[in-house]
Amino acid sequence: MSDSPRYSPLHAVHEALGASFTDFAGFMMPVRYDSDLAEHHAVRTAAGIFDISHMAEISVTGPEAGAFLDYALAGKLSAINIGQAKYSLLLNEAGGIIDDLVVYRLGEQHWLVVANAGNRFPAVEALNHRTTGFDVNVKDESDATALIAVQGPNALEILKHTVGLELAAEAAERPEPTLEALKYYWSLPATFLGNPALIGRTGYTGEDGFELYVDVQHAAVLWNSLMAAGESRGLVPTGLACRDTLRLEAGMPLYGHELNLTTAPVQAGLGKVVALSKEGDFVGRAASEKGVSADAPVLVGLVGEGKRAARADYEIYSGENKVGVVTSGALSPTLEYPIAMAFVDPSVSELGTVVDVDIRGTRLPYTVTALPLYSRKKN
Amino acid sequence: MANPTNLKYTEEHEWLLVDGDNATVGITAYAAEKLGDVVYVELPKVGAAITAGTVVGEIESTKSVGELYAPVTGTVTEVNDAVVSSPELVNEDPFGAGWLIKVSFADVPALLDADAYTALTGE
Repeated sequence: MSDSPRYSPLHAVHEALGASFTDFAGFMMPVRYDSDLAEHHAVRTAAGIFDISHMAEISVTGPEAGAFLDYALAGKLSAINIGQAKYSLLLNEAGGIIDDLVVYRLGEQHWLVVANAGNRFPAVEALNHRTTGFDVNVKDESDATALIAVQGPNALEILKHTVGLELAAEAAERPEPTLEALKYYWSLPATFLGNPALIGRTGYTGEDGFELYVDVQHAAVLWNSLMAAGESRGLVPTGLACRDTLRLEAGMPLYGHELNLTTAPVQAGLGKVVALSKEGDFVGRAASEKGVSADAPVLVGLVGEGKRAARADYEIYSGENKVGVVTSGALSPTLEYPIAMAFVDPSVSELGTVVDVDIRGTRLPYTVTALPLYSRKKN
Repeated sequence: MANPTNLKYTEEHEWLLVDGDNATVGITAYAAEKLGDVVYVELPKVGAAITAGTVVGEIESTKSVGELYAPVTGTVTEVNDAVVSSPELVNEDPFGAGWLIKVSFADVPALLDADAYTALTGE
């Protein structure tokens, strides 16, 4: 791996906004602009704009692209409609998770696979390796693609008022041809100042919102145009610190914390993402059908009292027995009590079970609680 | 934020306002900025004996946990109850209302001046 940091196409924009930066998967990305708590609350009550250009975009095209994805990934991607998106997993032969992905179908023979920044190269390598025998083309377009997320209850109004952002002519042929009508996990083709863009009603915050894909050379102008439309609508730039607390409240897994090469999807509550009912073989099928042992740890939500947060890698006890480990945790900015996700022994996984988390030498009670720990009120 | 020249500093990013054999102690703006929004502060009790270089408290942000090291060997004479109930004071006014504890001590410890601390943090 190269040691020199990589920069988002929006780096100069973030510097001008006074961002603090952190190394995320080799990229210097904004961790916060001012207050991570204020940024968190802005997404829950108004809107936030995230630069997530570090994420990886991989196009999959060709006559057998659908069949290839059905073999290479855990889901049945050939079955989704043009414009639809689907959360999926890239498994290894042992049924472990190489990456979790969002896959958009953009055309009859065109899909877009969005991978985590830290898994870009393993994902591209695995996909390329699996092309044998398929008439398909896998192309890593990450370096040419910027990704901006606008998340929060005001996101729709902001996009509608963004100068230069228009739906493409083909959008009129879609079942939901407007941003208002666009359903969660669907997308529309768009243009920004005449250049191709893609708008997905997707996100990683638990709020309504959109993700916009655009060529890197247009990223800064799009960011500024979105900011201008958001100025009167409560939009603030938001960094990775609040992105993490937002996704944690929404019960969304983060690769490297809740997901990894040795964890089976079923342990993380993602059993349904693995389409065992689809015909034909796929990588990880045999291991997934075999399942995991009855005592394999399972992912649960945890809720504590007071203000002391259980954090990643803290150990969990039932009496004197170690029964698990925390994978993510924080004092929830929205709920104002400590929340966590953790892998625990099935014997303590039932909702309502009280376990002790060792918080730097002090054991504090946490209650097993259903995920997600926060859900937005839907209209 | 500039580091006030009337304060002394430690390499663990604490500041001290020394007055004879008493001192007020807090964490620097640099440390507060690195932590992010502080949401929980745990401080030693009044009367506690503390030993220089040992952990005597915790400052938690949403993202991480910072440890408060005793900058001197001595006794805690006062804790800032306001910062316990309103931890955001650490971010809003790290060199003022966000002070953490007051201590009395016998030996004057080796401390950094503002220039040396500024050089240490490179800011």
